[in-house]
Amino acid sequence: MKRLIPLWIAAIAGFTVIASNFIPWTLSMGDLVTTMFNVLAAVAYVLGAASIAKVHLSKLSAKRPGWGYSVVTLVCFAVTLCVGLLKVGVRPEPLSPDLSFSGSYSEPGGAIWWIYEYMISPITATLFALLAFYVASAAFRAFRAKNLEAMLLLGTAFIILLGRTAAGFFLTNWIPPDTFGGLRLENLSIYIMQVFNTAGNRAIIIGIALGVSATSLRILLGIDRSYLGGAE
Amino acid sequence: MLRFLQTLDRRWIFLAMGLAVAVPILLQMRFPEKATPIAEKAFATINDLPDGSRVLLAFDFDPASEPELGPMATSLVRHCALRGYRMYFITLWPFGPQMIADKIREVIRADFPQLVEGEHWVNLGFQAGNEAVMQQAKSDFKRTFPRDDRGIAVGQIPMMAEIRTTRDFACLIAVSAGYPGGKEWVQYVVTPERGSAVPLRAVVGCTGVQTPQLFPYYPGQLDGLIGAIKGAAEYETLVNEFVEERSPGTTIPEKYQEAVRRMGPQLVAHVLMVSLIVLGNVIYFAGRRRGTVA
Repeated sequence: MKRLIPLWIAAIAGFTVIASNFIPWTLSMGDLVTTMFNVLAAVAYVLGAASIAKVHLSKLSAKRPGWGYSVVTLVCFAVTLCVGLLKVGVRPEPLSPDLSFSGSYSEPGGAIWWIYEYMISPITATLFALLAFYVASAAFRAFRAKNLEAMLLLGTAFIILLGRTAAGFFLTNWIPPDTFGGLRLENLSIYIMQVFNTAGNRAIIIGIALGVSATSLRILLGIDRSYLGGAE
Repeated sequence: MLRFLQTLDRRWIFLAMGLAVAVPILLQMRFPEKATPIAEKAFATINDLPDGSRVLLAFDFDPASEPELGPMATSLVRHCALRGYRMYFITLWPFGPQMIADKIREVIRADFPQLVEGEHWVNLGFQAGNEAVMQQAKSDFKRTFPRDDRGIAVGQIPMMAEIRTTRDFACLIAVSAGYPGGKEWVQYVVTPERGSAVPLRAVVGCTGVQTPQLFPYYPGQLDGLIGAIKGAAEYETLVNEFVEERSPGTTIPEKYQEAVRRMGPQLVAHVLMVSLIVLGNVIYFAGRRRGTVA
């Protein structure tokens, strides 16, 4: 029963959504299932928060290595949750000046806005920017023209790297645009993206779509039960 | 010398990359941008919509991708505001509301104060559920986004009166950094509408990593594709030219030249990358000739 009910829920929900795409009178049923999914997705955020708290609290109580980071995570989590729920520092909406909770938490001056502006935004942008340094180091050490495939990859990389900046224009603007304009780096980079890349990506997309269809069908028919957990 | 280069400490490469990015920023190096046909198509798609068109703007990105996507989001909002379209902002990313709020403050509130919230633009905020939200918006938009960012029911918002489904929008503009984003909007919302009498137009702005994945949908399902900061710089140039054409002699504020400004560090960083790859190969082949590497 523990497995049978989830299997039936998955099968009914899945086939209903599929049917709603093809049979007009089942559209409302498909909408109902989608609404239920949206509610579950919202609840998943609460579950996710509870899961984070549980993992870090257990790490903290057991004093496992790195427990100090758990303290930082839990403090940040609690502070963000509290100032967000209580709308700390948020000014009331001009339309309802008497209602202190009517303002948007994302407006300047609010505590959540402050956390976003001065903590989340610089931290995440910095972490992302670090990629440039590691990519440069990796390119210097690992990008070798050892065989024909690697040489083709290198040539393509050069064209895209230069063609996607003004360097492409400066290096090849001597090529007459009317007769051999296609050989200019900026045009070559577009050609590579639109022809070679598109051809390869379309094949991958179609392959993935077929794989997703087959896997979905297996799940809906109860053949693949791995999402329920366990060995089955 | 060869030995030194073969065992070069990677911190030197980090320093070179740091300088390649910092020097153009400090010297404010700018290079002219010429719009490619793809950027021109994206611009024309939005520019040619009838006056007062309803435009759905999905900002599915976060602070990590803001440096790459922020300037194009600014240009897109500015272009829509200049053309007098009605803008409906939504996001499927938890950090999206901040991105929307930033652009509303930076563009609409600062430079288009005549536009009234609820009549010319509305911020419908974040909705959890990824593709399910798209699927539901396709059949019942108001149920999917029942309140705006201020908590006001959509029934009380004048510009929501004519909205029933995504079919009621003239164009979808998605600025996305990953999943769910441009690709999912194309697959779930745009493609099913392509065969209708008035197809939903779609323009996607995305990160450099996502651009190759979206090219297969252009121009069949996508009317415009703005790829990375390069695409943003081209689009920004077109919008600035449009403004200068309408009001000659207008001074373009710095915030509307941000994408072109960010192309300076990108140019030098790309040239450094190419130089490092070439240098790495020279060292490799020289080492092989001398028998010091396999």
